Amino acid sequence: MNQPLIKARDLHKYYPVKSGFLQADKSLQALSGASFDLYAGQTLAVVGESGCGKSTLARLLTLIENPTAGQLTLDGIDVSMAADSATKKQLRQTVQMVFQDPFGSLNPRQKIGDILQEPLIINTNMTAEQRKQEVLTMMARVGLRDEHFHRYPHMFSGGQRQRIAIARALILKPKIVVLDEPVSALDVSIQAQVLNLLIELQQEMGLAYVFISHDLSVVQHIADQVLVMYLGKPVEQGASEAVFSNPQHPYTQALLSATPQANTERKRQRIKLIGELPSPLNPPTGCTFHPRCQHATAQCKTITPEMEPRGDVSVACLLVK
Amino acid sequence: MALLDICNLSVEFATAHGALKAVDGVDLKLDEGEIVAIVGESGSGKSVAMLALMGLLPWTAKVTADRMLFDGQDLLTMSAKQRRKIIGKDISMIFQEPMTSLNPCFSVGHQISEVLAQHFGGSRRSHKARTIELLQQVGIPAAEARLKAYPHQLSGGMCQRVMIAMMIACQPKLLIADEPTTALDVTIQAQILELLVELQQANGMALVLITHDMAVVAETADRVVVQYAGQQVEQRAVKDLFENPRHPYTQALLRALPEHSQGELLNAIPGVVPGQLDRPVGCLFNPRCEHVQEHCRQTPPTRNEDILCHYPLPLAGQKL
Repeated sequence: MNQPLIKARDLHKYYPVKSGFLQADKSLQALSGASFDLYAGQTLAVVGESGCGKSTLARLLTLIENPTAGQLTLDGIDVSMAADSATKKQLRQTVQMVFQDPFGSLNPRQKIGDILQEPLIINTNMTAEQRKQEVLTMMARVGLRDEHFHRYPHMFSGGQRQRIAIARALILKPKIVVLDEPVSALDVSIQAQVLNLLIELQQEMGLAYVFISHDLSVVQHIADQVLVMYLGKPVEQGASEAVFSNPQHPYTQALLSATPQANTERKRQRIKLIGELPSPLNPPTGCTFHPRCQHATAQCKTITPEMEPRGDVSVACLLVK
Repeated sequence: MALLDICNLSVEFATAHGALKAVDGVDLKLDEGEIVAIVGESGSGKSVAMLALMGLLPWTAKVTADRMLFDGQDLLTMSAKQRRKIIGKDISMIFQEPMTSLNPCFSVGHQISEVLAQHFGGSRRSHKARTIELLQQVGIPAAEARLKAYPHQLSGGMCQRVMIAMMIACQPKLLIADEPTTALDVTIQAQILELLVELQQANGMALVLITHDMAVVAETADRVVVQYAGQQVEQRAVKDLFENPRHPYTQALLRALPEHSQGELLNAIPGVVPGQLDRPVGCLFNPRCEHVQEHCRQTPPTRNEDILCHYPLPLAGQKL
């Protein structure tokens, strides 16, 4: 197989947090040790509760921030080596992002045509006529009509705005698109339309998607690979079918059992997760999941588990054999 | 007698473009100890209908109904003062955003005891023991220490628990939960839903659950009301509705769920919910309906067996 579009090896991101006058800064481990390969035309879903490092990972992949440690290779170029601005600029064109809130991510003072032309003005030498043509083609592709060119964002519904955001991300013909909860703000019927559009665009343009979501039924439908994270650490990773049909890590099992299903027949035995996510400033010792895990042993409090291959998936748990 | 009996409730807002009908002829009957879910997309009037019941709508709203009875009392004709005695005591409501519905300037203990002082008299301090008991009841650890905590010191899930404690303080007969778990993570959502059902069973409350999540409905409710563009399109027992939806909109909504898809693409519903200015003639769902017929484009349907459709889908095992 050809080389992966994204090659992440042991990515870490720490943020310094001021702890007070004359006191040493603490470091917040927003992301520790994410590794994966993503090929063209594939979708990697990143799953977890809020505060698990999903969005930090997105910020690293889109070059908004640099990783504290680890190696990130995008489209064959090592990001830490790409110090000169020309390479960075070119790299940024290959990675684009669609945000969660379609009401917050579009400038209310710009017309749709201007919003979509802006990336072209900054990154290409096209003439005004070429740009307009390009924008109109892209608008038609995502299901917007020509007359929408001169309208403002407030005149559109949530689903249409998300289409605009997708068009903006795709106008520079990127190879990788990071989708941060792209459908969680939309209604069910519109959600299905936008997901279908994303699937069609992926097949047509051979895009690699990093799909960040907490909705497991959506993830199960769209993902090829799944990365489950807890408190900044990956806990389970593997092919989508393997993770969903046979979850290994106790956290993945709990997450799956907590997800409600549109099925009135099945009254399931739910795995109850007690308590809430601990503070990442002061993570538990050993396995970070042990205070909420029903299988936790004395060992789990002291030894930090590493990601190890278990059959089809990789799992970070001492108890999974 | 039903605990709540609403007949033909409509809410109109006066806007710059004329009257906007947010809720259009909604009927709802609710018995004690029953869980009813109201499902619909945004703009379907599910929240507005319940806010009208609570009397919480701004003055621009015009509420009309043939009948609005709660526990035998007529909510339409009673004075604001009388209504105030019922609202918050016998009927209470939980909102979507726990972080914004609590007052950031007061401790949670203060806010809960305020409810008790308002409805039962006495000073806030005299209600301390009951406040601690309530916090324990909703599963907040170290309840006594949390009395002095401010909302910003608590997580979203904890804030929602505090809201629930506040709402069940007066042991209401009817609790309305407006998207109580939408802002929360799945594991916390499961905890909160479980808590609501537990409390509902322990106190024999009736619970109205407003949501857009079909999966949440399937797991918690007894009965479902489906709303579309302000109209109530179907009202059925939850098991019947999921197995055999009769209204085309309900069917399409269920099919659009990712877990019900066949093949790679989802069964999306084409088009969008009509807005104020582009309401279609005839049945409001006709431009998006796959079973549409000429008659649907001309005449608005009337409700028949709690289904608002000219040509409801057949029951299982029955042919048209």
